[in-house]
Amino acid sequence: MKAAPFAYVRPPTLDDVLAELAGGDGKVLAGGQSLVPVLAMRLGRPATLIDVTAVPELTEHGPTGRSGYRVAAAVRQRVVERDPAAQDVPLIPMAMPFVGHRELRSRGTVCGSLAHADPAAELPAVACCLDAQVEVSGPGGARTVSAQEFVTGAMTTTAGPEDVLTAVTFPTAGPGDGFGFAEIARRHGDFALAGVVCRVHVTGSGAVDSAVLTGFGISDRAVTRDVAALLATGEREEDLRPATIELAAEMVDTGGDTHGSTGYRRRLFAVLAARELARALRRAREGRTTT
Amino acid sequence: MSDMTAEAAPPRWTPSRDEDAALVAGRGRFLDDLDPLPGTLVAAVVRSTRPHARLLSVDLSRARAHPGVAAVIGPDEVRAALRPFPLSTGAAMPYLPTGVDKVRFVGEPIAVVVATDRYVAEDAAELVAVDYEDLPAVSTARSGLADDAPLLHDDAGSNVATDRTFSFGDLDERFAAAAHVVTRRYEFPRYSSVPMECYSVIAHWTEQDGGPFVEAWANFHGPFSMVPVMAGALRIPTSRLRLHVPADIGGSFGIKAGIYPYVVLLALASKHAGTPVRWTEDRVEHLTASSSGADRAMEFSAALDAEGTITALRADLVDNVGAYLRPPEPSTLYRCFGNITGPYRIDAVGIRARAVVTNTMPTGLNRGFGGQQLYFGLERLLDDVAAELGLDAVELRRRNLITSFPHETATGGVYDSGDYLAALDLATKNADLPELERRREEARAAGAHYGIGTALVVDPSGTNIGYVGLATPAEQRTPGRDKSGSTEHVRMSVDPQGVVTVMLGSVPQGQGHATVARKVAAQRLGLPLEQVRCVIDMDTATTPWTVTSGSYSSRFAPLVTSAVVAAADTVATTVRAAASTLLDDVDPDTLVLADGEVRTPDGRGVKFRHAAGVVHWDPAALPPGVPARLYAEAEFSPRETRAATADDRINSSLCYGFVAEIVAVRIDPDTLEISVDRVSSVHDAGTVLDQTLLDGQVYGALVHGLGGAAYEEFTHAPSGQPTAATFLDYLCPTSAEAGFELLTDHVVSPSPLTPLGAKGCGEGSSMSFPVAYANAVADALAPLGIDITSLPLHGEVLHQLLHDRKDA
Ligand SMILES: Cc1cc2nc3c(=O)[nH]c(=O)nc-3n(C[C@H](O)[C@H](O)[C@H](O)COP(=O)(O)OP(=O)(O)OC[C@H]3O[C@@H](n4cnc5c(N)ncnc54)[C@H](O)[C@@H]3O)c2cc1C
Repeated sequence: MKAAPFAYVRPPTLDDVLAELAGGDGKVLAGGQSLVPVLAMRLGRPATLIDVTAVPELTEHGPTGRSGYRVAAAVRQRVVERDPAAQDVPLIPMAMPFVGHRELRSRGTVCGSLAHADPAAELPAVACCLDAQVEVSGPGGARTVSAQEFVTGAMTTTAGPEDVLTAVTFPTAGPGDGFGFAEIARRHGDFALAGVVCRVHVTGSGAVDSAVLTGFGISDRAVTRDVAALLATGEREEDLRPATIELAAEMVDTGGDTHGSTGYRRRLFAVLAARELARALRRAREGRTTT
Repeated sequence: MSDMTAEAAPPRWTPSRDEDAALVAGRGRFLDDLDPLPGTLVAAVVRSTRPHARLLSVDLSRARAHPGVAAVIGPDEVRAALRPFPLSTGAAMPYLPTGVDKVRFVGEPIAVVVATDRYVAEDAAELVAVDYEDLPAVSTARSGLADDAPLLHDDAGSNVATDRTFSFGDLDERFAAAAHVVTRRYEFPRYSSVPMECYSVIAHWTEQDGGPFVEAWANFHGPFSMVPVMAGALRIPTSRLRLHVPADIGGSFGIKAGIYPYVVLLALASKHAGTPVRWTEDRVEHLTASSSGADRAMEFSAALDAEGTITALRADLVDNVGAYLRPPEPSTLYRCFGNITGPYRIDAVGIRARAVVTNTMPTGLNRGFGGQQLYFGLERLLDDVAAELGLDAVELRRRNLITSFPHETATGGVYDSGDYLAALDLATKNADLPELERRREEARAAGAHYGIGTALVVDPSGTNIGYVGLATPAEQRTPGRDKSGSTEHVRMSVDPQGVVTVMLGSVPQGQGHATVARKVAAQRLGLPLEQVRCVIDMDTATTPWTVTSGSYSSRFAPLVTSAVVAAADTVATTVRAAASTLLDDVDPDTLVLADGEVRTPDGRGVKFRHAAGVVHWDPAALPPGVPARLYAEAEFSPRETRAATADDRINSSLCYGFVAEIVAVRIDPDTLEISVDRVSSVHDAGTVLDQTLLDGQVYGALVHGLGGAAYEEFTHAPSGQPTAATFLDYLCPTSAEAGFELLTDHVVSPSPLTPLGAKGCGEGSSMSFPVAYANAVADALAPLGIDITSLPLHGEVLHQLLHDRKDA
């Protein structure tokens, strides 16, 4: 369990990072919580590790524009978890305690989690549900893509081998928003067997005008659906269950493993989806967003 | 003194054990902290990626040519130099530390690379080219038994490594006359104890006058019967193998007993490298190729009379011991032989005991050794019997409990002491059974699931290694070569200032032996704790040891502390005699050791240290016949643990404690997640030597049991590939999973066989919790008609059970 030989660089500017990435046999090193185990198991053997944590503009985080919260590439999950401004994106404090363990979050980065794109990871699911905007720099310059377009499959994204994800911006919550988050794992801190993230928005009269549900741990990536029509079938968990069972049959297509077969993950997804949608709706109507 | 403490700031943390301050401060001396031999090189092991394959060729040439590599050994070197390890039976299943003609499990060593550091060694290990011819693989006991199963060991002609049948009492008559016969099949899973520190070895082969000499360091904890086994494989006399065990071992729970083949392999690597060689196992190696408990397929039958008294028991046990019958296997079958009927009065017993080889990691000791498997069958059966007879599961147990002691079992066990009814009553009282039953009612009314499970287990300690003999039929056992007993040695000395040193060769793995030994010695010698210290050291060249030495089968409390008492008594005799010279030559036998003094009956006294000083400074003053020696070497070797008899009965342990455990679980009807609601666990370990340490053992064993019951399992794909080879898939419970309500308590039935009355206590709940949990889940799901016959049990498993039922 020792890595094969590699070179290590820690460039001071984004341009230097991009220069090091040119050629495509390097890999960005952020918090190392996923990459280092991959190296130790010799499942990957990049020639160069390009540590992005010394680039000043990549250490920024905070409110941006009128309704955004932006996190750059070198910002640790734990820093965001403790940032009062991150509360404006209620799904961040709801999801963050489930991202591994506190010790891991003190090293792991938010952007690294998106770039790694584990199908059972919480933060890509939150980003997809909220349609967060991902900033990517590469040989062709900088571009912004929505999170749903960014993640293209298990551990794969639209970022190429010469690209670096520089930041992600999550939309902050507004009046009429209600959120839900839940996951089930074998143990606390494990990747989820199935999880759901949802955002429901109601009008002043309490009518649902949009509802989005993202499932994770259930397919090769986080999967997002417009569920406004589903919410018309009921308001309580029990009433929503028939529809979420159908939804589970359609959305859950992972092959499963000894911890959770496809069938069990469908069961969990249907339960969690109904539970969290009912909760998010209630919260939206009561103007409480999360509690 | 009191003034000083008044001024000092209050300590922020008082370690509850002598060992803890050093460990918490990073001052432990684990094997990786030691560098005893300059110029030691580092090894990496090349392992099989196939569950079962013929080795067509193993090409070491590129690895040997890699810069920084000192030596590479493979099947040819192993075959040329080593003899297969001596086995416990005559099975034709030769076992060497690497595969030579075939590989039989994923992770089996094939070659060893010795290099300047581990990185280089792993770089070169990748260059070893192995050409495999894949063979079909089996990974479970039942599939290994099948007629058309692929043969692992061609010469054996069968995958059954041992097959013995035993019958005690009028078995057939009892079954024929029974009012009820209940027969069930169960399966117990395979899991480990997952010590934090993995295996670690330093080995040094040298050529000396008279032949090769191997000096090794390993975090091995016995049984030391493996020392001659290692020497045998190395083709050297035991006296030419010197083994050191570091004072600190980061856990084992039996698993590190399986390290010895690596000591042999690394010794051979050292011979080829010409330098000492170090190997530190990594976690993937540990989870695929160290050791684990054996999984077991079993069938149990109970014969009962009309009143619900069990009149006879049949047990058909099939252990999956992995790819080889690695000693001390097949001991999983025999460790609980004397207590195979548990806490029940059953005087007719039939046993068939088989061990099967499969394409999996070899098995061995695991906390609760043999007990978790046995009691899973026995205590699940009790619940199934109760259900079939329409009796309350606790009431059925009460009717059959042993109530007088000592009690001799049908299989030769002699239960030294106990009060099983008192323990059961205390467990049910602490559990507040009526409240749990109310919760069950309430849950069921609300469409949820809640269940209560009980397990009563006899907890053996102080193994009698003679049980290994049972694997060989009585008529084939060599006369004059019987095995028995369980000996422990302790040394003790007193320095010129009266400070007592207890020297333990007990190879602890974190249990706190030093804390308890020091306390026992101080109490016995009437000394303040500060005047006693404990040194842990095992060096087979200088520490007294026997084949039974080691830290396993909860030996410390019954055996080692008894030897501490014996050593202290020897020291005390000399100290009393020396004191008498300072006390007008009073009769030494009238003197008492208390409060750091040696006192006469009329209250005069001299300090212990002054008496000790006489022996050091003025030995000529000692009374005639008193040795001028404040150095004692004492042994405790109980005679109650004899070799197996000609009719195959054996008292397989010295002491038998008891556990009564009640577990209540709640099951979410939607997600099927199981959560433990309350556990009430009552232990009888005889005299309690240290409450904190006993509690620690109870909690630790219980959470270990929770691991096997709900989280941990070595699973395999149909191809035979292990599917739990990292901590991503092999899930150990953490503190977050152990937050349930746990009520522990004790009854105390001192053992008449140990001077302090203490019995072992390191394993109890690891035997009781898995089955108590299964019984609780079975109770919760009984209304759904679901039968629980195996572990682990978690949401996915329940989902499949419900699904299967719907299909039916
Ligand atoms: C025991 C354990 C449990 C865990 N449990 C969970 C869990 O429950 N949920 C969960 O979501 N995660 C979990 N993780 C993963 C953890 O959250 C990681 O921190 C995260 O997935 C990756 O972030 P990182 O900053 O450590 O990235 P790194 O490990 O540094 O990188 C991961 C990958 O992303 C690439 N990368 C990183 N940053 C960038 C960037 N800015 N631009 C382009 N590519 C980039 C790297 O090249 C690499 O391929 C767990 C990890 C461990 C070790």
